[in-house]
Amino acid sequence: MNQIKRLISRNAVPILFGVVCLVGVYFAKMPGQFILMEIVKRMARNSFLVLSLIIPVAAGMGLNFGIVLGALAGQIALILATHWEWGGIGGLLATALLATPLAVLFGYLAGILLNKAKGREMITGMVMGFFANGVYQFIFLFLVGTVIPFDNPKLRISTSPGLRNTIDLYRLKGALDGIWEVRYGFTKFPMVTFIVIAVLALAIWAFFRTKLGQEFRAVGQDRHIAAVAGINVDRNRKLAIIFSTVLAAWGQLIFLQNIGTLNTYNSHEQVGTFAIAALLIGGATVTKATIAQALMGTFLFHLLFVVSPTAGQAIFGSAQVGEYFRVFVAYGIIAISLALHAWQTRTAAKASMEEDVSA
Amino acid sequence: MKERLTAIYHTIGLPRLIIAGFLLLLLIIASGTELSVAGLLSDALVRIGQNGIYVLAMVPSIQAGVGLNFGLPVGVICGIVGALVAMEFNLIGFTGLLTALLLAIPLAVGAGFLYALLLNRVAGQEMMVGTYVGFSVVAGMCIFWLLAPFRNPAMIWPVGGVGLRTTLTLADTFGGTLNDFLQFEIFGLTVPTGLLLFYALIVTLVWLFFKTKAGVALEVVGRNPRFAAASGLSLTKYRTLGIIMSTVLAAIGYVTYAQSFGFVQLYNGPLMTAFPAVAGVLIGGASTREAKVSHAILGVILFQTLLTVAMPVTNQLIEGNISEIARVIVSNGMILYALTRATGGEQA
Repeated sequence: MNQIKRLISRNAVPILFGVVCLVGVYFAKMPGQFILMEIVKRMARNSFLVLSLIIPVAAGMGLNFGIVLGALAGQIALILATHWEWGGIGGLLATALLATPLAVLFGYLAGILLNKAKGREMITGMVMGFFANGVYQFIFLFLVGTVIPFDNPKLRISTSPGLRNTIDLYRLKGALDGIWEVRYGFTKFPMVTFIVIAVLALAIWAFFRTKLGQEFRAVGQDRHIAAVAGINVDRNRKLAIIFSTVLAAWGQLIFLQNIGTLNTYNSHEQVGTFAIAALLIGGATVTKATIAQALMGTFLFHLLFVVSPTAGQAIFGSAQVGEYFRVFVAYGIIAISLALHAWQTRTAAKASMEEDVSA
Repeated sequence: MKERLTAIYHTIGLPRLIIAGFLLLLLIIASGTELSVAGLLSDALVRIGQNGIYVLAMVPSIQAGVGLNFGLPVGVICGIVGALVAMEFNLIGFTGLLTALLLAIPLAVGAGFLYALLLNRVAGQEMMVGTYVGFSVVAGMCIFWLLAPFRNPAMIWPVGGVGLRTTLTLADTFGGTLNDFLQFEIFGLTVPTGLLLFYALIVTLVWLFFKTKAGVALEVVGRNPRFAAASGLSLTKYRTLGIIMSTVLAAIGYVTYAQSFGFVQLYNGPLMTAFPAVAGVLIGGASTREAKVSHAILGVILFQTLLTVAMPVTNQLIEGNISEIARVIVSNGMILYALTRATGGEQA
């Protein structure tokens, strides 16, 4: 009995969202086949990005709002890949290879910045994402075609500077998903994409069993003790962010090869928010995130995304209500988790201070 | 002489000298083109009055030790509700403006109090929690705008649509009420007297507040919480006061902004309001731990003039609308600089 209680209280957030999703599914009255199709598509698209958040959480840097930088690295590589007309799985792998050094560089710079902002990594990461977005827009909306010579009618309209708003990725569309698909009713399961996600999950699991992984954990638990134990804290933190950024770049490639079009100036904007909301809905916190939580959260968050417009229509007579509701949930869950975490840390700090005094 | 110059240099600070120099350069370039410098400066004056109170709203929260108030939309939403009610009853001119303000202020006091209850429990992480509380409030209010019981046909979607429109014009109610009050022209420069007077009034009130006993206590709490607690000042009380003030200023700021801008933008319109305001006060010389009223004034003048002047001037040189991107880069770059500067304590 006690065990059940513990299980429920430990997983309160995913259970609550499970209930909300069930209510949504009940009112939306959508055919099960359609829900399954949408969920499979969205899990394949997003799981990799959500998994990319786990390593910095373990290293004590909180939720990495800076994965936007990784997404940007992926997109820059994609723009070049489209320019050089790379296609198929070979083309996608080459794009990933091209994105990697960019992501390493961005992650390294982000790491330096975040090391200067210890204790406020999340807000710094978020503003960093906005800033990087500004620089990215400056380069691809202004410099390309004016300062940087670039003439490709598929990517540019010759009369104005900058890249097109949407770029068709037809050569790379489904490059990964399409290799091996298993059909079940209307649903196509992109097996290779799921295998890639499983491999990443295993790799993260194995990584935390290596020496470096243990060092990340130690840094995450207590920076000062880790430093005393001879661990180079700053270097480890930089590495954690580099890993996360590179994974996010690959994740964005998987995401975009599934969608098939690149919204040049806003495909990346919500990457951080939605991935983080999904992770938190799975029951993760600012200091602890597991692979199961990431996958569970992605499932619940996207189930909510699929059903909420129709459920909103059924309950409030307006699909718009449902659409705003899911955005509200994304922001709200982040706000609540951050607040709860700060509250708990503070209460714990107070408790230990009082202990010190009484001892 | 040299000593005095270095003293001036230190009070103004390098970033502000660079921005001021860049502004001067832009104005010189502008005078060489067919652009009207007076016209540019007129626009800048409007933008300064329009955004000034938002930037000022940062001062009480920073001074109370809460840091930059990224939860500005909490107050902005109160301002929007005030403006909407005044519009619903077709209140015109100063009647409308005052009604909007009188409704918005008590709402903001209430909302600010609740917001403070939360922020006082998450001390140390106020900025991050505030950002997402602001986002959540804006997203949650989207649902409210759809379901709210407004009946004025000018405000709701015509046949078939549900809820309030995305953009509402204030032209028929109280748009430009302050801007047009005692407006005059001098050397081609249009001065929105009413707007600037109202801004000056609010600035004076805030400045006077920091001269009162409560204002000084609030500063002490922010500067040195341990010392404040030891001398018997209630941290919670003064932090709450700072947050409420900031929220109320945001609400007043919204009503002022909307009457000058001429439109009320609902739904995702107020989502990012905090960022230019935060950047403004930082450009003025504030840090995450210290802000003066003068920082807010200098900051809004420099930042808004830069944005207004930069756009038409750069448009003469390159095509396209660079002002939006410049705003994103300058404001977020400034915030990053402030966040990564060593400030002693660990505060988010």
